[in-house]
Amino acid sequence: MKQLRCPVNGVRPVQEFVFGGEYRPMPDPAGANDDEWADYVFHRSGEPGIQREWWYHSSSGVWFIAERDTAKDEFIRTYLFEEME
Amino acid sequence: MTSRLPPQPGEWIDRRRPIRFRFEGRNYEGFAGDTISTALWASGRRVLGRSFKYHRPRGIFGLADIDSNVMMECAEGTNIRADVTPLREGLDLRAVNTLGGLDQDLLRFMDQFGAVTPVGFYYKAFHTPKELFPLYEKRIRGIAGLGAVNTRKRHRQTPKDYAFCDVLVVGAGPAGLEAVVAAADQGARVLLVDENPRLGGTLCFVSTSDEERRGILSSLLARVERHPNIEARTSTTAAGLYADHWVALVDNRRMTKLRAKAIVVATGCYEQPAVFRNNDLPGIMLGSAAQRLVGLYAARPFERGVVLTANPDGYQVALDLHRAGVRLLALADLREKGERSQLFKDVIDAGIPVHFGHTVIDVAPSWGKRSVRGVRIGAVDEQGNAAGDSFRRLFECDGIAVSVGWAPADGLLRQGRTRMEYSPECEQFVPSKLPPGLFAAGRVNGIYDLDSQREDGRHAGEEAARCIGKRGVGKEGAASGPRPERSGPPRSHPFPVTRDPRGKNFVDLDEDLQLKDLENAIREGFDNVELLKRYSTFGMGPSQGKHSNALALRILARARGETMAGKQVTTARPFTTPVPLSHLAGRIFTPVRRTPIHGRHEALGAKFMYAGNWLRPDYYRQPRRERAETVASEAKNVRDGVGLIDLGTLGKLEISGVDAVEFIERVYTGRFAKLKVGMSRYAVMCDETGVIIDDGVVARLAEDRFYVSTTTSGAEGVYRELQRWAIQWGLDVVLVNATNAYGAMNLAGPLSRQVIGPLTDVETGHEPFPYLGVREGNVAGVPARILRVGFVGELGYELHVPAEGALHVWDRLMEAGADSGIRAFGVEAQRLLRLEKAHIIVGQDTDGLTLPFEAGMAWAVKMQKTFFVGQRSLAVMQKKALMRCLVGFVLPPGYRGLVPKECHLIIDRGAIAGRVTSVSFSPTLGHVIGLAYVRPEQSQPGSRIFIRGDDSVMVEATVAETPFVDPENARQEPSEVLQEAS
Repeated sequence: MKQLRCPVNGVRPVQEFVFGGEYRPMPDPAGANDDEWADYVFHRSGEPGIQREWWYHSSSGVWFIAERDTAKDEFIRTYLFEEME
Repeated sequence: MTSRLPPQPGEWIDRRRPIRFRFEGRNYEGFAGDTISTALWASGRRVLGRSFKYHRPRGIFGLADIDSNVMMECAEGTNIRADVTPLREGLDLRAVNTLGGLDQDLLRFMDQFGAVTPVGFYYKAFHTPKELFPLYEKRIRGIAGLGAVNTRKRHRQTPKDYAFCDVLVVGAGPAGLEAVVAAADQGARVLLVDENPRLGGTLCFVSTSDEERRGILSSLLARVERHPNIEARTSTTAAGLYADHWVALVDNRRMTKLRAKAIVVATGCYEQPAVFRNNDLPGIMLGSAAQRLVGLYAARPFERGVVLTANPDGYQVALDLHRAGVRLLALADLREKGERSQLFKDVIDAGIPVHFGHTVIDVAPSWGKRSVRGVRIGAVDEQGNAAGDSFRRLFECDGIAVSVGWAPADGLLRQGRTRMEYSPECEQFVPSKLPPGLFAAGRVNGIYDLDSQREDGRHAGEEAARCIGKRGVGKEGAASGPRPERSGPPRSHPFPVTRDPRGKNFVDLDEDLQLKDLENAIREGFDNVELLKRYSTFGMGPSQGKHSNALALRILARARGETMAGKQVTTARPFTTPVPLSHLAGRIFTPVRRTPIHGRHEALGAKFMYAGNWLRPDYYRQPRRERAETVASEAKNVRDGVGLIDLGTLGKLEISGVDAVEFIERVYTGRFAKLKVGMSRYAVMCDETGVIIDDGVVARLAEDRFYVSTTTSGAEGVYRELQRWAIQWGLDVVLVNATNAYGAMNLAGPLSRQVIGPLTDVETGHEPFPYLGVREGNVAGVPARILRVGFVGELGYELHVPAEGALHVWDRLMEAGADSGIRAFGVEAQRLLRLEKAHIIVGQDTDGLTLPFEAGMAWAVKMQKTFFVGQRSLAVMQKKALMRCLVGFVLPPGYRGLVPKECHLIIDRGAIAGRVTSVSFSPTLGHVIGLAYVRPEQSQPGSRIFIRGDDSVMVEATVAETPFVDPENARQEPSEVLQEAS
């Protein structure tokens, strides 16, 4: 069973977390054409590599960002959304 | 004739404690410390089981859980691995997989069928004609398989245990014992586990007469025992390694889930068989098995025998057997150059003839293949063919000890993503790249020499402790020298195979696979290890290839004319050894949620249903009334008088802050900016694709304070998503999930006002408290939020009160309503009432793709707003033609036929056109009503639709206007005049 570091609560077993999908910044709904919008809503590349993901520590209600290497299934680091560069 | 030897140094059996047991209907006696197999063997019994396919007699082979020759069953369980199962008083055992008993197994004729059941036989023979397959299957299943499950066995709870340590050391041989001490000396808390009942590994049974080795063992054991940082668990298998060093430890009673910070794997090796004709007969066993029999259990492996070897270990086997009084007629060494060490001289001094470059080319069985009668040794060429002109000799004897190679017990390492590579120098797989926190030591690491094993263990233990930041204060590391290198001649022979045209030279004993089976499969094109495994089934038996994977790979490489360099074995998955299902089964820890009023529901005879984890009253049982009748009467009571339903399970959120209204505008589809304080509005939530995911009521308590309800099942997810949006948008908004803080109930019906009026300080008249109004006040002395909502389509008051006051309020309302005929109503009555009003239930009348336009909810979606979640996607979808519409339908009054059910399909000209989402008999209207998705062209009231009911009965229905009841909404928003008139 994997472990994950919640930026607020520290290292916890992964069952305490809910996966929130890949982090994808929303394009401007007014500016994006239909194809661009569909791409944002539906398309995921699935390409192995380092990806930013949403994770939620459900026991305490903390959303945060985890950087995960999807090829190795390894977490690289986690931080709160506000700290994202 | 007994095969028990006189007492051996360090033996595990306790001769003062005899144990009586039964096997195949006969009485036997062994000692405490024996396994079932060793007690039988010591009693002189040789045939302990029958093989899987050919039902050949089998005896002790590996004695280390690396083969499944000896599997037994008794009243307590089946597929008992007798080789490694401790003997207990009173066991009454029999072999699995026999018909009519082990000795007279009626299926033993299967052995003669070998020639007509080649590899892939079942695939090829039994696929046509298709009609006969059920018959084939039944017959084959009757013959195939091992033990039978005793379904009447007493139920046993197997709770899980949890444990934590700094360093886990798996395997208590010389390397593991040194590793555990070295890690503990650095200050790490160490757990040592070993599958055997005692610590020591090979030190317990190899060369046990050697005083120096016994001294090493006892001093290591003393250090382990004394060390405060070490906990040792014997008879415990580390069966699975999962992410982040999560390890499944399995013992006789339970599974322990262990979290370690670092792991040292010192699991040693599995000894590997040689392939020659009749290499499976009882009496032919691995060298280490013979050593275990002698050293641990003081049992003679055979009376007179030969040793087949290709490494120094075989010479040690010969010496150990010789010292125990086993007469050895010859030692055949596969290697041309043989052995030149001191061990060779000792064997010669013991008077055992040694033949270099020789192997076993044939074994003559006794009657019924129950034992060995003679062994022929001779030379073979590179491909394993007996060399024609070589020295050959038949030795009359009853056993062979085979010691030709080793395969690393690397299951845990490979589960932990260790890269294993074939080392041509060692002729075995060795770890080439270990992931962080995982260490290998000893023979699994390719290190065989005792001193080197110990040094390797010390290094691994220290490295493990240091990688987690443990460094003994003022302590030098125990590892004195450099990390030992893999050295010396290889301990494994690259191709210990003797061909024989007559076959019965087994590669996989579990699956009765012969050399030719694998070679035929390769010839048929299954010449990749994964394909070969699945087609031939090597390594798929109960021992999972522990004795056959490496051999099969060698045979495959040889057949393809390749070397072993770069070859990989098949994927290693947990568990390394079979784990009883009872260890994995467990109690289900799904929480059950009850509302504050639960006890009252029970007292009222509620029939409960699950709504998520919540228990909700489906309806309240009444004597001599069916469910449907009861539900109808509960609903009628709401329409005619007054009813009370517990809504405590609704999701309840408090949303406040400067940006609260902006936030609500963005997450719900409707308009809320102009919602007046003291008013509420129905609200729909979509996801980013525009699909309806939740609905509820938004009530404005103050300019910057809202109280929002969600569906019961959506509460958690909605709260979670709202939190995420709030973070992303950076709005000044506070979200509180108040679901558990409030109890809620809905008082509904034309008489509800007269019930609640006297109990509250809130003015309940139509003028001061209109439809959709929300008021804060007291009800029966409890602070309450009261919402005038109309889900069931009647005058109604939804009360939200602190959870601890909910029961009190419920009781007061029930008392106050007694004269008005108040009754509690359940979820089903509520569903019926709202269906009469055609109010949808998200998740029942919508699915994972329902857009608001399709569900007739366009009125609740304000596309002109600046933004809401899902809006942009809906703008795309709006341009496209509607695919389906949710409509009401009715069956004619007096309809007596089959009533459709939810999810029954709408059929239009032979094709699926939609489905029923809700359907019920309406007691108010006197006919069946329902909601269904239909094609847009069928959606006009009056259209005829056909529903395919149970047993394909077609039911004709008519699309109808909704709401079915009270289309003017006069009942839920009665004016004072109307109220008085009624």
